Amino acid sequence: MSHRLLVKLAIACLLASGINLSAKAADLKIGFVYVGPTGDAGWTYSHDEARKYVEQQLAGKVTTSYVESVPEGADAERVIRQLAAKGHELIFTTSFGYMNPTLKVAKRFPKVKFEHATGYKQSKNMGTYMVRAYQARYLSGLVAGKTTKTNTLGYVASFPIPEVVRGINAFTKGVKEVNPAAKVKVVWVSSWYDPAKEREAAETLILQDADVLTQHTDSAAVIQTAEAKGVYAIGYHSDMSGYGANAHLTAAVHKWGPIYLEKAKSVLDGTWKAEDLWLGIEHGVTDLAPLNKSVPDEVKSLVESKKAALKSGDIRVFDGPVRDQSGTVKIVEGETMSDDQLRGFNWYIEGVDGQLPKS
Amino acid sequence: MDIDLLTNILFATIRTGTPLVLIALGELVCEKAGVLNLGQEGMVLMGAATGFIITVVTGSLWLGVGAAMLAGLFMSLLFGFLAISLVANQVATGLALTIFGIGLSAFLGTEYVGVGIEGISQLEIPLLSSLPVIGKVLFSHDPLVYLSWGIFAALYFCFRRTRLGLTIRAVGENPESANAIGMRVMLVRYGAVLFGGAMAGLAGGYLSLAYTPLWSEGMSAGRGWIALALVVFASWKVERVLLGAYLFGAASIMHLVLQGLGFSVSPNLLSMLPYIATIVVLMIISNDTIKAKLNTPLALGQPYRPQI
Repeated sequence: MSHRLLVKLAIACLLASGINLSAKAADLKIGFVYVGPTGDAGWTYSHDEARKYVEQQLAGKVTTSYVESVPEGADAERVIRQLAAKGHELIFTTSFGYMNPTLKVAKRFPKVKFEHATGYKQSKNMGTYMVRAYQARYLSGLVAGKTTKTNTLGYVASFPIPEVVRGINAFTKGVKEVNPAAKVKVVWVSSWYDPAKEREAAETLILQDADVLTQHTDSAAVIQTAEAKGVYAIGYHSDMSGYGANAHLTAAVHKWGPIYLEKAKSVLDGTWKAEDLWLGIEHGVTDLAPLNKSVPDEVKSLVESKKAALKSGDIRVFDGPVRDQSGTVKIVEGETMSDDQLRGFNWYIEGVDGQLPKS
Repeated sequence: MDIDLLTNILFATIRTGTPLVLIALGELVCEKAGVLNLGQEGMVLMGAATGFIITVVTGSLWLGVGAAMLAGLFMSLLFGFLAISLVANQVATGLALTIFGIGLSAFLGTEYVGVGIEGISQLEIPLLSSLPVIGKVLFSHDPLVYLSWGIFAALYFCFRRTRLGLTIRAVGENPESANAIGMRVMLVRYGAVLFGGAMAGLAGGYLSLAYTPLWSEGMSAGRGWIALALVVFASWKVERVLLGAYLFGAASIMHLVLQGLGFSVSPNLLSMLPYIATIVVLMIISNDTIKAKLNTPLALGQPYRPQI
């Protein structure tokens, strides 16, 4: 009796798993590798939102899975290889430090497609993608320049790499356009994520008269500090208004959804190819979070018109004349910075206070 | 340098040093009793998460602080059971506790990421806080800072003047002898471990309820490890722990302040300072001849099996 029951159970299990397998075999399996926890309210959060978006848009055609808090380095290679070995056909690795591990695994799994965020190395089955976050930075600079009373803006920055410097410059460009007298002060915290240090940096900036803060770090501590001290702040990565309803003017946010959707679709219909994507505001992948209700209508419409001009390509953020800190014209009027120049941005434009530390 | 700025730097130094003071004092007591608990980071995070969750749910900051301490206490109980009762390797158990705490706190706190609360506000002590400079630097903090001083004073007194202090030290120096003269080694070690846990939990509560009133995964950002180094740096002396914590605190914010003032110092260089100081002290301690002078509890990290 009990033997028979066992046999029945075993058969049932086999059947169940068989059905399960056959159902999954039809799906495109997409894997994601995250550098932080999905609940960081920042970088990784924005990627995970996009993953959910793809799953919802292509329901029944794809299944996704992710591995979070994967340290950059040798461990990343193991995780990526495991995802590939488990039958994921498209794998997104979402941090700069995954570049070489991804490349290595891509060589071992020529049939799997790899997409690496923010990197510069491609191969036959490995593409790269990036959003032009500096466009939203520039728009947020317009808001900041119009809001400041002390003409001092504070910027809490992580590490002096081109991506961060580009953001500082774009923000400053926006500020200077509407408020030529203003200057941007930068404090480097040498960390992507340390709420306490970010808070101390924010307080230091407030002491130096900054009344609008923004940050290129991953926590919401700067917004909170601004709220507590009664000054304004601009978030990054995602809408951070939950941390400071009064202080939060807006945020420069990433929306990876459209990129992930396109890539998944192209794998499904067999048109995927490795490319170097750098998409901007016209694709809806970088944007501003809703403006605070305290922002005057005049500023709102200015932001809207500039956004429309960026989208249509009538203007670009770094159209000449662009001057460096000494006042020397680096990009003459009528020209604009090339993508190569943007990728290697390692100098401050006019209006940023202080010296750029050597990276 | 103008006086306002100096005041603000000193004020921020104390604020930054406070979590280190709390964790390191707890760990100091633990190590004095001969138990090395490397689980600080995990206990801090559990304290931070639990304290924050309880505050959001009940709306009471002080219940949150209590819950943070309880969470640390619970974690250290787990450690005590494994490392004291079951005589497991202390280093391995402590590391496991850290990994466990990081994971569990992230799991518990998932739904509370992005929730904002009103943090513990500053309590300006009447009269004293209106003194020039000192008033702002010492007497305008939140209550947990004052609490950390109270605990410091109690421990200072305890190790200098009381039988309890002597007992803890005896257990940490030579548990066999302590046992032979009738001290209850297991009980003392449990007590020390639980105290360390509650302090780490309190430090977590300070981070998530007072310093930066938010919860996010891994928000302690390595402070548990720094505090461990700090105890060695202080060569197991209570007063040096306090001093060292504020030194470490100052070192970690100094580069921010200097940048704000327009000096260009390499931030990397300044963030290295606490670690360099620790390495130097470790090098000195590793030299056996002066080890005794530097106060290292002789039975530190050695499990004790009660003789029947």
